[in-house]
Amino acid sequence: MTERLVGQDLVIRDLVGRDLVTERLETEDLGTEDLARRSRAAEPSAAEPSAAEPSAARRGPEPRARFGDLLAAEWIKLRSLRSVSWSVVLGGLLVIAMNVGSALSDHLNWADYGEPVRADFFPDWSITAAFTQAAAMVTLLVVGSIAAVLVSSEYQTGMIRTTFAAVPARRAVMAAKLAVAFGLFAGWGAVVGAVSFFGSQAILSLRDVGVPIGHPGALRVVVASALLAPVAALVATGLAALLRHTAAAIVSVVGLLLLLPALLNSPREWVIRIDNVFPLTAWQRLTELAGGHEPPALSLGGAWAVYAVWVVVAAGLALVVVRRDP
Amino acid sequence: MRRPALLRTVGTVIELDALTKRYGPKTAVDRLTFTVEPGRVTGFLGPNGAGKSTTLRMVLGLNAPTAGTVTVAGKPFAGLSRGLRHVGALLDAAEVHGGRSALGHLRALARSNRIPRARVEAVLAEVGLASAARRRIGGYSLGMKQRLGIATALLGDPPVLLFDEPFNGLDPEGVAWVRGLFQRLAAEGRTVFVSSHLMSEMANTAEHLVVIGRGRLIAEESLTAFAARAGGRGVTVRTPEAERLAAVLGGEGAGVQRAGEGLTVTGMSVERVGELAFEHRVLLRELTGHGASLEAAFMELTAESVEYQAGASR
Repeated sequence: MTERLVGQDLVIRDLVGRDLVTERLETEDLGTEDLARRSRAAEPSAAEPSAAEPSAARRGPEPRARFGDLLAAEWIKLRSLRSVSWSVVLGGLLVIAMNVGSALSDHLNWADYGEPVRADFFPDWSITAAFTQAAAMVTLLVVGSIAAVLVSSEYQTGMIRTTFAAVPARRAVMAAKLAVAFGLFAGWGAVVGAVSFFGSQAILSLRDVGVPIGHPGALRVVVASALLAPVAALVATGLAALLRHTAAAIVSVVGLLLLLPALLNSPREWVIRIDNVFPLTAWQRLTELAGGHEPPALSLGGAWAVYAVWVVVAAGLALVVVRRDP
Repeated sequence: MRRPALLRTVGTVIELDALTKRYGPKTAVDRLTFTVEPGRVTGFLGPNGAGKSTTLRMVLGLNAPTAGTVTVAGKPFAGLSRGLRHVGALLDAAEVHGGRSALGHLRALARSNRIPRARVEAVLAEVGLASAARRRIGGYSLGMKQRLGIATALLGDPPVLLFDEPFNGLDPEGVAWVRGLFQRLAAEGRTVFVSSHLMSEMANTAEHLVVIGRGRLIAEESLTAFAARAGGRGVTVRTPEAERLAAVLGGEGAGVQRAGEGLTVTGMSVERVGELAFEHRVLLRELTGHGASLEAAFMELTAESVEYQAGASR
């Protein structure tokens, strides 16, 4: 009796277990033969892969690309290049060092600052150390270069043809690249922006001019600085997808994001209006706490819109040019 | 657990229909129409610049045809999202990122097609790269890169396999291994399509040949039929069982003339004669091929269409 009960239990458990396995596999769009192959693969004696039969016939209709798979694949690609990890980390440390160093130099030179400077320091001057203009430009340079190389090196090595032979749905692959670049550098920007803000303001607090995160506009400064990185990353991805050549991609990223706005340096209204469309100008507007921004200067909403438009246009460009023969 | 042959055959044919690719005024591939069948190794032969690689790229949807169509199992490959499971391809072993390890490279590709990670280790072991799996691909020899390319092609356990010049850079042991692999893949019912510009590589590998020159189809026939074109000088065999071997060779479509212990065989490659003798346990005392007959036939066939000829005056 007991034995029988145990036996039934086993059967039930077996069935349940099997059902669960089948269900799990079905959600992965694998047929039952794949299940058989997997269980064979689990046995060491069946490790011979080509013993399996050709497998197209056994599969049902082609599943749509699982975007999660493509994201994971792009992430593995990125992580498996040591140079990328290094440059991402070193670039981040460089930008943080520039910001914290700026606060440190204010702290060290405090004695030399005249009374009017000291009086005006909080919050407009203090906040500039949270993310300096030079740090913003280095962010565009570093992030733009890394993101450009990620795509252009895949084209230049020919790896892209291996990628597209594996996943012929090219647009989905490019969308995954854009998403991974955006995610990676949004995270990078958040860490770099937060460390820069809290580090610099902690140092300035020693002179009682540190800006707390709750101060009106302070959070905006951090977010705008953090988002500059993914904006640059997407612009670089789009240009690299268009040009498919590392040097050309980097030169065009630097030219577009850094040189062009630097050239548009004039008080004439039409020049200001053109200058307003660049991410660096939008970043400047978003990171200034002082008021007095009358047109033609950007509004805050306008500045956020500039970020968004660059992201959308760059992503759109990448998704269109990926149709060309690789 | 063998499937009925018909089912296998239906699913995995590569069909080209008037496939054409033009680059400006130059026609790289010119109205190619042929079918690659499963269950055998099909050689894709042509001189350098004949359009072999462009054709293979169009099969994979990498290059869009100017005109015509190409389908795998009745569908264009370009629309698929998990290509590795349908077609495994080695187009150019150098088309990898040198900064990655073989393991990282294959893991990323496997993940994109939702192939279990264990499969990566399995294919690396199969091609003999298990011990080098963690090294940067940039430091690999050409032969090792070829092996990695073959591992990539096998990754998805696909019913169709394409190989573009797979013998480049392989040592003799590697060549023998690749030949054995292709024949095994074909014996399993897969469609195996292998390009080469050297007839000698194909003679012991392919059962069926597609020959192109300047983008046009020159011949599509079995290796035996192709060898028959070479004809002429034939193969000399000496054996105490001349009568029995003559019957075997005649039965396989060769022309045989007998004189005592000696046979003169036409319309069959020296390799095939040797194979048949071995299969039928016939002792050979001599087996001589007169001239590189297959090579000669290939050269003759493609002479008109050689793109880059040494010392040619135009």
